[in-house]
Amino acid sequence: MAEKREPPPDLFDAEENLSEDEPLEEPKPAEEKDADDVQETVEVSLDNDESAADEDNEATKSEPTVSEPASSDDPDPIESKEAEKEPEKPSESSDTPEEKVEEDKSEDKPKAAKPKVSFEIEEKEDEEEQQDEQLDEEELEETDEFDLEIKVSNPEKVGDGMGAYMQYKVTTTTSLASFKKPETSVSRRFSDFLGLHERLNAKFLLQGKVVPPAPEKSVLGMTKVKLGKEESTSADFVERRRASLERYLNRTAAHPALREDSEFRQFLETENLPRATGTAAFSGGGFKRLVKNVGDTMFNLTSKIEESDQWFEDKHIKIDALETQLKKLHQALESLVNNRKELSTSTTVFSNAIAVLSSAEEHSSLSRALSNLAEVEEKVDKVIQNQMETDFYVLAELLKDYLGLVHSVKLCFNQRLRVFTNLQNAQQNLTKKREALVKAELASKSDRMKQCKDEVNECERKVEKCQEEFKEMSKTIRKEFARFERNRTKDFRAAIIKYLEALMENQQQVLKHWEGYLPEAKEIA
Amino acid sequence: MTDYYNVSIRKKDKQNSTSDSNMLEEDKKEERTTSVDLSTDSSLVIDISDALSEKDKVKFTVHTKTTLPDFKSSDFSVVRGHEEFVWLHDRYEENEEYAGIIIPPAPPRPDFDASREKLQRLGDGEGTMTKEEFSKMKAELEAEYLATFKKTVAMHEVFLCRLAAHPKLRKDENFKVFLEYKQELSVRGKNKKEKLGGFLKGFAKGVDEVLLSSQKDADDFFEGEKKFLVEYHSKLREATKQSDRMTRSHKGVADCYIKISTCITALATSEATDFEKFFNKVSDIFEKVRKLEGRVASDEDLKLSDLLRYYMRDTDAAKALLYRRAKCLSEFDNANKALDKARAKNKDIPGVSDGDYYEVVS
Repeated sequence: MAEKREPPPDLFDAEENLSEDEPLEEPKPAEEKDADDVQETVEVSLDNDESAADEDNEATKSEPTVSEPASSDDPDPIESKEAEKEPEKPSESSDTPEEKVEEDKSEDKPKAAKPKVSFEIEEKEDEEEQQDEQLDEEELEETDEFDLEIKVSNPEKVGDGMGAYMQYKVTTTTSLASFKKPETSVSRRFSDFLGLHERLNAKFLLQGKVVPPAPEKSVLGMTKVKLGKEESTSADFVERRRASLERYLNRTAAHPALREDSEFRQFLETENLPRATGTAAFSGGGFKRLVKNVGDTMFNLTSKIEESDQWFEDKHIKIDALETQLKKLHQALESLVNNRKELSTSTTVFSNAIAVLSSAEEHSSLSRALSNLAEVEEKVDKVIQNQMETDFYVLAELLKDYLGLVHSVKLCFNQRLRVFTNLQNAQQNLTKKREALVKAELASKSDRMKQCKDEVNECERKVEKCQEEFKEMSKTIRKEFARFERNRTKDFRAAIIKYLEALMENQQQVLKHWEGYLPEAKEIA
Repeated sequence: MTDYYNVSIRKKDKQNSTSDSNMLEEDKKEERTTSVDLSTDSSLVIDISDALSEKDKVKFTVHTKTTLPDFKSSDFSVVRGHEEFVWLHDRYEENEEYAGIIIPPAPPRPDFDASREKLQRLGDGEGTMTKEEFSKMKAELEAEYLATFKKTVAMHEVFLCRLAAHPKLRKDENFKVFLEYKQELSVRGKNKKEKLGGFLKGFAKGVDEVLLSSQKDADDFFEGEKKFLVEYHSKLREATKQSDRMTRSHKGVADCYIKISTCITALATSEATDFEKFFNKVSDIFEKVRKLEGRVASDEDLKLSDLLRYYMRDTDAAKALLYRRAKCLSEFDNANKALDKARAKNKDIPGVSDGDYYEVVS
């Protein structure tokens, strides 16, 4: 046994070394990759001054913390003023693309055949731009440090029967100045969390931000709680939900943009929240969501756009691979939890059987040893239960969360594709209108010409807007993806280390119990 | 598909049975000398030197070393199948001469169906897992199969050893034949009719036992022993069952670690180098933990469950002894009653002979 305990400490040394190096080294590879990709596509740049300025705006715009002086990489005072004006725009534009896409979907499907107005426009990032990004990245790193801790506690059942619901106490502890008090507590029910997620999702997904997914609704589990049956399982369920809600809020709080959002603040601080509607599983809202999900899937199936941006292509593949692997691992962990549960029950039953056997044993010291064995088995069972909790809360739930997050990342990618489709449509429209204008010119109908010109201008503006939106989104997504990867590495490492430590601790406990038993077993005369 | 696996395993058995089973037997022997009171007398030493698995039958090579003059030579071996062991056991049970002796329980039938079935399932699911995972799982199952095989061999050996160690049972004529006769004993397996008969007999015995257990024994010693044995046996059986269940779930946990380990390795391939190393290490750890967990499971199986199982079967044999006695007693009572009746009617009935039997049993 002794030599078997050795390897873990040795490993931890290595891990600690890793973690010391990590924060310095980790972001670099991603950037380097970025740089490589960019260089590949730089040749096709249609660079002009205007777009360069735009990109500066973007840089500041997508840097959401106002408290952080964004002007460090932005020497031009006029531009920073613009940047301050800018944040108005996204919300305005955010409504439109959605509708447009709906139209597009129904109108014309064969988009792949259309003239490709290229992702390359977006790729005219030169050296300066890259530096910019690096700076942004660093800033992001800094803003990742924040003092905001959210705890979800005291699950309480409110009401009776099918109308009953669980209420949780959400406590926020922070030193951030933007909060009214350093510590606030509010009562929230599950649907409030769902509502928060809906609103955040509606707002930030359109900007290409990865919004952490809210915990899933579980009709079955909740019904059990409502009916008050099977005390232990429902207590289990409530605890699991509480933990997942807490993780959800903290994950949201970890996002620099979401953290500052008014909806989020309201959720944490306001005593009475407007009741969330449409979050019930069988309500109209639920149905609409279902329809929308089906629509999304259809969109994914029908719009296999050829990706000309190598970076996004790679990431698409990567995230898909990641998802399948995580799914598999999650399954394996779930079955581990189940097996461990079975082990725990069988150990309990065995312990009882041995206790009964010891009562039937006539040989007194053997009988004592047997009853001690039963006690030891009981203790071991406790350890197994602890281990099961660790299996579940540390690893399995983390993977579940990440499966959700991977889905969110994919949503972002899809959102980008939608915007791209919008852009293509707008460009097509523009070409049509230009043709119409030429025709009108040839026919020299002056009144028609004027109308056509207006339309062309209108379309040009639209194309420009779409392009800008697309560019901005691609950029945000890159940043978000880098952030996602960084956090993923961090979370996984932390979780695995925590898990292994717990595993070791538990094994030591088992060892202790058995070592304690050894002299008693030797007592048998 | 399944055929292929069976063949490969059988081959493995053939290769390993001689070398590996010896190892395990040594293990077992040590335990045995502590747990079972075998005399260290070396005048009759029996071991199973070799075992082959053929289709669904296992052939044991029974090797005997003796200094007893009753045997023709001092060192010889014969090949015996499981049915012949059972036959030997039944001869002992039927012989009234041994009615008062605890007859060692017959070894259980070799049962590899569970392992085979698992292998088949694994073969069916081959497509769903990675190569390493598959080969690991297969190795695991093969090891399990081998362990069952060894255990079966060991139990057959223990049966013969206990017979050989008993001062009275070792002198049995059938036992000698079993050990010496070079050809097959031409014991056929029970045909359907006999099986049914055996089943009915077992059922009748069960009913009798219930009836007899309610019947109070005149002798306090036997009454106490009977009560104790019945209770002890049922508790042992429960403990054995639960211990088996615990072993199984431990095994399940170990198998899960295989999956996790391979999943993490797969995950590592798509990571940045630093993290890949980390993941690979983690996967190694899970592999190690798996081995640990597997070891715990097999220890539980060999050291705990098997001990319990052994005594469960032994108490059963002791119960059978008491059953024989109780049956005898009731027959004796009945005969006495009949005799009294007959005497009352002035008739002469030869029912007293049962009384001798009763004495033998007691």
